Amino acid sequence: MNPSQQQKNQAQMMTAAAQTFTLKIDGKDVTASAGQTILEVARENGVDIPVLCFVEGLSVWGACRLCLVEVVGSNKLLTACATAAAENMEVVTNSERLHRYRKTILEMLFAERNHFCAVCFSNGHCELQAMAQKHGLDHVHLLYRYPKLFIDSSHDRFRKDHNRCILCTRCVRVCDEIEGAHTKDVQGRGISSMIIDDLNQPWGESETCTACGKCVHVCPTGALTEKGTAVGEMVKKQQFLPYLNLMREAREE
Amino acid sequence: MSTAAATKIKLATVWLDGCSGCHMSFLDLDERLIELAALVDVVYSPTVDSKEFPPDVDVTLVEGAVSNEEDLHKARMIRARTKILVSIGDCAVTGNVPAMRNLFDREELFARAYDENSTLPVPGPDGKRRPTEYVPPLRPKARPVHECVKVDVWVPGCPPPPEAYWYVVTELLAGRIPNPSAFTRFGK
Repeated sequence: MNPSQQQKNQAQMMTAAAQTFTLKIDGKDVTASAGQTILEVARENGVDIPVLCFVEGLSVWGACRLCLVEVVGSNKLLTACATAAAENMEVVTNSERLHRYRKTILEMLFAERNHFCAVCFSNGHCELQAMAQKHGLDHVHLLYRYPKLFIDSSHDRFRKDHNRCILCTRCVRVCDEIEGAHTKDVQGRGISSMIIDDLNQPWGESETCTACGKCVHVCPTGALTEKGTAVGEMVKKQQFLPYLNLMREAREE
Repeated sequence: MSTAAATKIKLATVWLDGCSGCHMSFLDLDERLIELAALVDVVYSPTVDSKEFPPDVDVTLVEGAVSNEEDLHKARMIRARTKILVSIGDCAVTGNVPAMRNLFDREELFARAYDENSTLPVPGPDGKRRPTEYVPPLRPKARPVHECVKVDVWVPGCPPPPEAYWYVVTELLAGRIPNPSAFTRFGK
C-alpha cells in the first residue's frame, strides 16, 4: 500500500468515526452513521418495524405509514423509512398507540378496495395478509367500500388487478429505477389514485413495457400476478433486487 | 335434566350465507368433539335436530355473511338470545365470497343469474325468470355479521382450521376472550 493510499484510508476512517453517533431505539443504545434512516438502524440492530411500501433496493416513498415511530420531543409520529437517525434521538418503535394506528392503517387498506383473500392468487404469499395476521387484525371495523374496479388482463404474461392494489408504488419505482422503462405511474389523487401503464392504456398495448416482470415480483399483494398461476401459487421472488443493486454498485466503482 | 347437564355451557352454531365449510372444519375437531361434548351442550346447530333457537345461549358460532332479510332476522334474533357471539370464517368476518357481488347492483345481479343464464322453462308472471316466492329478499349488499349486530369474537379463515376453533372454544370456556390470530388469518 503506498503512503498516499494509507493517508486516504486513515482520513476515511476518521470521517467515519466522526460521523458515527449513538441514539436510543426502544430504550437500547445503538450506533448509527450519518445518512442512515431510523429503519436502517433498527434493522441493523434486529428491531423489526413493519413496512409495506418500503422495499430494500428502491427509493423511499413513505406512503403506507406502517413504519410510523414515536420520537421523544416530536409531537407527531415520524416514518422510520424516511427519517434520518440523529444523535441522541430516542425512538419508540412499539407502543400501544403505534399498534392501534398500524392496525387502523391495515383496516383502511382492507376496506378501501376489494381484497378477497380466500380467492386471491397471492393467498398465503401476501404481505398485506401476513401483516394483518401479525398485528392480530381479526376483523375490519370500518365499513367496506366495495368500489367497482377493473382487471387489466391485456398483457400476454401478467395481470393487473386494481381491486388488490394498495398503491404502495413499488411497481412504479422498480420499473423506473431498476428496469429504466417507467411504464407504470400513478394517475389521480388520494383514494381515486390508480396505477396506470404508459398514457393510461391497456398494459398489453404499452410500447415501453419490456415484460421483465420486476413489478410483479415487488408487488406485496395479488395486484400484479403472473398469468397461469392458480390461487396460492403466486410466490413473489424479490431476490433480484439486492443482486441487481450490488452489480450496479460494482460497475459504478 | 341432571345437575351436570344444567351447569354445562350452552353452545349454538348458525349457518347464514356461507358454504358450510366452516361447520365442516369445526367437525374436523374429530375426537376432540367427544371431549367438547363433555363440556358443552349443543342446543342449536345444523348438526343437531332442534328447531327453535333457545332464549339463553352462552356461546353462538355464526358462519356466513348477512346477505338476505332472513339472515338479518336470524342475526338479530341470535344476538338477542346469546351472551357471546362469535363470527366464524371469512364470510361472517369480512363478507368474503358472498360479498363479491357487492361490486354490482342487485338488478345487474338478478339479470345475470335469472334472465341471461336461467334455463327455467316457465318465466314468472312478470316475464322474468326470477323467484318471487319462498326465497327471502336479497339485501342490497352482503355484509359481515358485525356490521349488522354486535360481535364479541372473530375467527377469520376460509375455513378456520380446527386448531383455531379448539383454541377459541377452550379459551371461552376458561372465561377469556380470545384473539385467534396465532392460528388463523384472512383467507387461511
